[in-house]
Amino acid sequence: MSTQLLYGGAGVALCVLGLWAFLVHRPLLRKLIAINIMGSGVFHLLIALAERDGAPPDPVPHALVLTGIVVAVSATALALVFGRRLDEQGGVPEDER
Amino acid sequence: MNASLPLAVCLPLLGALATTLAPARARALGLIAALASSGVVLWLVVGVWEQGPLRASLGGWSAPLGIALAADGAVAALLAMTAMVALAISIHAGGYFRDPERLRQFWPLWLLLWAALNALFLAADLFNIYVGLELLGLSGAALAALGGGRAALTASLRYLLVGLLGSMTYLLGVALIYAAHGQLDLALLGTRLGPGLVDATALALLSLGLALKAALFPLHFWLPPTHANAPAPVSAALSALVGKVAAWLLLMLWLGPFAAVTQPAAATLLGLLGACGVIWGSWRALRAERLKLLAAHSTVAQIGYLFLFVPLIQGLDPGPERTALLGALLLMALTHGFAKAAFFLAAGQVQQLAGHDRIDALGGTAQRLPATTFTLGLAGVALIGLPPSGSFIGKWLLLEAAIDQGQWWWILPVLAGTLLAAAYVFRVLARAFNQEPTPLHFVTQVRAELPGLVLALLAVAGLGLAAGGLWGLLEPVEIDR
Amino acid sequence: MNGPARLLVALLAAALGGLLLWVLATALAARPEPALAEAAFAALPLTGVGNPVTAVLLDYRAYDTLLELAVLLAALLGIWSLGPPAPAYQRAGSALRAMVAWVVPLLILTGGYLLWAGGQVPGGAFQGGALLGAAGVVLRLAGDPRAGLPGESLQRLLAVLGVGAFLLVGLTVLAFGRDLLDYPTDWSKWLILAIEGAATLAIGATLAAAYVGGRPPGEGR
Repeated sequence: MSTQLLYGGAGVALCVLGLWAFLVHRPLLRKLIAINIMGSGVFHLLIALAERDGAPPDPVPHALVLTGIVVAVSATALALVFGRRLDEQGGVPEDER
Repeated sequence: MNASLPLAVCLPLLGALATTLAPARARALGLIAALASSGVVLWLVVGVWEQGPLRASLGGWSAPLGIALAADGAVAALLAMTAMVALAISIHAGGYFRDPERLRQFWPLWLLLWAALNALFLAADLFNIYVGLELLGLSGAALAALGGGRAALTASLRYLLVGLLGSMTYLLGVALIYAAHGQLDLALLGTRLGPGLVDATALALLSLGLALKAALFPLHFWLPPTHANAPAPVSAALSALVGKVAAWLLLMLWLGPFAAVTQPAAATLLGLLGACGVIWGSWRALRAERLKLLAAHSTVAQIGYLFLFVPLIQGLDPGPERTALLGALLLMALTHGFAKAAFFLAAGQVQQLAGHDRIDALGGTAQRLPATTFTLGLAGVALIGLPPSGSFIGKWLLLEAAIDQGQWWWILPVLAGTLLAAAYVFRVLARAFNQEPTPLHFVTQVRAELPGLVLALLAVAGLGLAAGGLWGLLEPVEIDR
Repeated sequence: MNGPARLLVALLAAALGGLLLWVLATALAARPEPALAEAAFAALPLTGVGNPVTAVLLDYRAYDTLLELAVLLAALLGIWSLGPPAPAYQRAGSALRAMVAWVVPLLILTGGYLLWAGGQVPGGAFQGGALLGAAGVVLRLAGDPRAGLPGESLQRLLAVLGVGAFLLVGLTVLAFGRDLLDYPTDWSKWLILAIEGAATLAIGATLAAAYVGGRPPGEGR
């Protein structure tokens, strides 16, 4: 129980850290790293939920996390390519900053 | 077990695969997929009409282990609207994208977006909604960037990032629900959720994530640039369908499985945000300099209307009164779907012909594009909520309920929003009709103009006159899965 | 964002973190025995696979996985729609080339092993696909402009392979009057393996293609 809370709590802390970094940082790369840290925090929390006091762990959260990781990777890849195209075109327009 | 539910998701997906594999034949394959997907939705609507709410388990596993799809009357109506709007966009896109390369890129992404829309309307599982939202967000952002310019790229990237933030917030809520209840199926959760700190926090996180995606005030900041800079058919899809599905999911959670968690104060807060959205969005639409930007701001307002219903429905027990309000809510959502799609398609025509969409320089549009101007006018009638449009009935029922329940203050945003909408619509029409000579041809480009016109007619006349049928679809059901 | 605003966001985030920790502790304290885990283990023999995580991903919640592969496809199509890739890196020196020639086959072999092992022990399509993708990344870093991927039409085939295999199996069983993706028990193991194999290839190819970051050369111009 307390291990579970510790592990899940670490996930919550990561998640909030990611949220903070996402909100205060402007560069795309930092925002993307931040959102991935936030995602890792949620995945961390889900993995903590799989623990069942010594019984074999609940496989459902594990599967949810695997699905979530693939989705997060896809979104990150798309966002990175967006960012690169934008750089090639001279970056974010002045009035949008 | 009704095969139309899974097929409504699988057929657009199949179309996306076909158009990816054979880009040279993307247009023909895409149109076939669009027709097939609409056909299957028709089958689904008939099924719901005859048998009441449908539910299909997937993989041979029933909930809680497996995932289910569910369709009640409201979902059937929304799916039907989606299919009709999507079909119109599909036909229009063939005329809009002049560059065949763009059209090839458009088709598979568009069909993926359609699959995501259908999947989300049918979803009955909290985590499944997360995956669906990501499919919606990624394909939507990629489509919005098809315009190619710097402004479109910037707006799409912001849309993608905001969507990601929303999904992560949503997923955190899902994790809390799983921690507390060990379930993900909405119907089963509905029996377990109740007032309490954990469920309330989870609902707040889920709602925050969905509100970001639905562009509920004050989380709407990303919407106007995205919708205004995307290619017109994409703007139509984003405004009419994508925002709607997120708003619908939020409303469905509040009024369905999480009903026991919500408090009157929270419902009032949601209504208040909706009211702010109505007034702010309408005001910004009135001040907009460009036609598509006007339409985008107006979407913020129209999404706001939907949330005005929450405080009125929240306290009601199942019964005719509640069904009537749900019907009115649905009618507003459907009318806006048709009208806004029509408006964006028409705005795209104007933009392509004139090379710009500045409202001040629209003079003579009625002479050059009579059918398109007529479409703008009809869609405007529905956006304002004049009779006989569906939104007139929707607003009427909303006002009636607000007076009956003694919550008269909800009348104010409705009146203000309606007046402002009248002002921004007539501002466009006044510019468009400011030249004398009568037009020679009503329709100048059939494939590009007709779909929007049909949608606008549906919004104004179709829904207003067929509202009785909608009640028939809703009658045996409640939002409940 | 300026100093005071940053501090405000930090304080709000900290408050949110505190609230969430409290909520988590409350939720875990009152936690019911997760019925889902028991059900997942109980139904395992019917799925034909021994690894419960694979059973959830490819059987109980296969529909999620289908949509997730569609997300991967959407990302790749989005990347392709943004134009051609950046030019390749310069060709690697002989030492790096020798290492690449050694690492890439190993990655492919390990990916294949993870796929096969995933039926019984931890592993599966995602882990295998990630290794295949890594092989592509290594190749691209070593100067191969295409990251070891085939030509355009084959790349398109690879990209849709995962969703395609899912839909093929799912719709076939649907046509025989079963639920979507409700595999007949006798065939379950092999159908799952086939779908996983297709998904592994699709994930590997998509990740590598996403790393290349642009439309494959020769796409209709």
